[in-house]
Amino acid sequence: MLVFILRRLAQSAVVVVAMSVLVFAGIFAIGNPIDVLISPEADAFERAAAIARLGLDKPMHEQFIRFVDSALGGDLGTSFVHGVPALGLVLQRFPATLELALCAMLVAVVLGIPLGLWAGLKPDSLAGRVIMTGSILGFSLPTFWVGMMLIMAFAVTLGWLPAGGRGATASLFGVQWSFLTADGLAHLILPALNLALFKLSLVIRLARAGTREVALQDYVKFARAKGLAPARVVGVHILKNIMIPVVTVLGLELGSVIAFSVVTESVFAWPGMGKLLIDSILQLDRPVVIAYLLVTVLLFVVINLIVDLVYSLLDPRIRLGGGRA
Amino acid sequence: MKQVLPTVAALALLAAAPTPSQAATLTVGTSAEPSALDPHYHNLGPNTRARKHVFESLVSMDAKMRLQPELAESWRAIDETTWEFKLRKGVKFHDGTEFTAQDFVYSVCRIPNVANSPSSFTVYTKGIAGIEAPDPHTLIIRTGKPYPLLPVELSTFGIISAKAAGGGAVTFDKAGCKAESWPTTQAFNDGSLMIGTGPFKHKSYTKGDRQVLERNPDYWGPQPAWDTVVFRPITSDGPRVAALLAGDVDIIESPPVQDIERLKSAPNVSLAQAQSNRVIYLALGVQDTPPTITGTDGKNPLKDPKVRKALSLAVDRDAIVKRIMMGVAEPANQYLPAGFYGNNPEVTVATDANKAKQLLAEAGYPKGFQLTLGTPNDRYINDDKVAQAVAQMFTRIGVQTQVDATTANVFFSKRNKQEYSVFLAGWGADSGEMSSPLKALIATPIKEKGYGTTNYTSYSDPELDGMLDTALATVDDAKREKLLQAAVKRAMDADIIIPLHYEVTVWAMKKGLSYEPRADQYTLAQKVTPAK
Repeated sequence: MLVFILRRLAQSAVVVVAMSVLVFAGIFAIGNPIDVLISPEADAFERAAAIARLGLDKPMHEQFIRFVDSALGGDLGTSFVHGVPALGLVLQRFPATLELALCAMLVAVVLGIPLGLWAGLKPDSLAGRVIMTGSILGFSLPTFWVGMMLIMAFAVTLGWLPAGGRGATASLFGVQWSFLTADGLAHLILPALNLALFKLSLVIRLARAGTREVALQDYVKFARAKGLAPARVVGVHILKNIMIPVVTVLGLELGSVIAFSVVTESVFAWPGMGKLLIDSILQLDRPVVIAYLLVTVLLFVVINLIVDLVYSLLDPRIRLGGGRA
Repeated sequence: MKQVLPTVAALALLAAAPTPSQAATLTVGTSAEPSALDPHYHNLGPNTRARKHVFESLVSMDAKMRLQPELAESWRAIDETTWEFKLRKGVKFHDGTEFTAQDFVYSVCRIPNVANSPSSFTVYTKGIAGIEAPDPHTLIIRTGKPYPLLPVELSTFGIISAKAAGGGAVTFDKAGCKAESWPTTQAFNDGSLMIGTGPFKHKSYTKGDRQVLERNPDYWGPQPAWDTVVFRPITSDGPRVAALLAGDVDIIESPPVQDIERLKSAPNVSLAQAQSNRVIYLALGVQDTPPTITGTDGKNPLKDPKVRKALSLAVDRDAIVKRIMMGVAEPANQYLPAGFYGNNPEVTVATDANKAKQLLAEAGYPKGFQLTLGTPNDRYINDDKVAQAVAQMFTRIGVQTQVDATTANVFFSKRNKQEYSVFLAGWGADSGEMSSPLKALIATPIKEKGYGTTNYTSYSDPELDGMLDTALATVDDAKREKLLQAAVKRAMDADIIIPLHYEVTVWAMKKGLSYEPRADQYTLAQKVTPAK
């Protein structure tokens, strides 16, 4: 187990280094931040001063060495636009995104697994077909459009929920969270639903496919023949076995939900990392973009590690450490 | 989950019930967020908008960008290089200390000393050669050379409290003021130094989410109608409109053009609009080797005034305004609309495709040539669509035109490297007068004078530069306006910067509110009033 974790950490370090090089080179390929940052009224002296202040007068490799040097000390640079440490800026926005992503995952699991089970057990029923058709919609409708439709329906027409923003927050462990206040929860519902839609469809499909496969296995037939209650057959024998692919995929998808909640955050003006990323790309705020991407890479690495561990708990046949145990 | 569901149901009920009247809170949906609350950190529109609620300047601009007194009650030029400002008495900062001349001195001193400033306000303070305060409510400001724009430039930056920032004794020195330390941008962002003289006091700020202000009961001027003002950045256009329709916010800035018809027909929304100080223009490059022109054997046809005139004649400005801008623009015949200082009523533009073809033939291009027009596609209202229309109008007179539309940050990089022979861009005259576009867009790039900072056309007309020199050294307002009018005539005759239209700025708000639309595009909560 320890060997496995150590090896994974070493792999992760390589990924992080490779990513930082790629990201740094990539961000250099788009535009010159000076052209966006500086007021057009500024004169040539001002421009030169600002370029020097931001270190943009140095060649790329020198800037990269300087970046690596300070990154090793935990400093990912200072935001060009906001003038504060880029990493702090990203981490400050992290709770809002995490909260949104976890709520979305919760919606996807709590709704998706029962619906998928139902569709798998009764594939030819009307409900089963409706569920499957619905999941196709969930896959194919663009998030931006669905978000706008949710706003138009529940905020503009019905007036039940707010159209965007984060609402009131309360503090827990020194961090501000929305789900602790009624107002915050009201603000959370629509964006979480919007973000959940794609994952919900995914879970439904995975659960349905798993159920259909498992339901025909001998041990399920045997359990039924033994006269076990249908609830126990479904709840224990089927459910436990369809969870492995669901956990794997959800683990990976949690990373992507956090990393790519960009669209939902823009539509609902949710002050998370995704919105920060978009704004930073538009303003060519290089340090923030780099900090964001590195944080995301680390997040993926950690999540993958946790997924592997949970996996082994669900199915003892899967041994970590390459079978030398 | 057990607890969540009843909460949701209760909320739904609450929201459906009529909410108690909250007339004293105004929520504003803004299209961009300031990069910091520090009033001296970043010379950028959203920052200035945020600043104007808490920090005031000596002089301010009204909705039509005419100068008016703010913390200075009056001012006059004693001679060509000396100005006297009489300061308002009895003005209190939010912490209760009195505003005096020292606060101005300290603010001017701090501006060059803001760490990490991406775009500093020093452009507006470096004309100042000396400041004296014979008494706490009089300022004598000396300039190195005649500097008529001094009052205009003093309207651009806010005045912070010297005492709160620990600078009670700092004296002005052109070479650099001496102080032990200067306040950090962080001290403004966390609210500890948000002490101004403005109509609102700082209450709280969550980056990316909201800024909350409350009324300053001791304000020297008229009291704003709102006890509390909340600014919420909603940068996406559609969601900003939805937030207004849903009642989340009371007023929004720049709703997208395509939604304006819908907002007009919505029963509980009213609109306000005004011509802005921003002109959308085409710039024609006269480089020796044109980067995006083909079919001319490497020669640059734009060097010929006849070709430039032909391109200007090809543009049908009324059609662009009506069909593409949906009326949210005004055809432009120079760089600032009528009524602005320096506008020359005698300057006109015309549309005449036949004349244009004839001029092209006279210039030796009867069959035209090929051209690529560069444009951003997310910077100005409908920018890429306008460029497409212009391309069709050029093609109609025989100049086969393609459009190269890219996102703003890529476009500006390419443009600044002069990779376009012709490009579309916009210029907002922050000073509200004609020297701003003339100096930036068409004057010869001269570092020392700050001329030609946005001149990417390689155009140079020493005579025009000379006219600007004279105008910018003439303190007499009436005389200077005549000189600027003559300069704009000369610049327009050259057809280097071809104006297309002036953008119109729109605000949408709940019925029952009113807002005087501003040419400088700022959304100021103190000017939003419940309609009577």
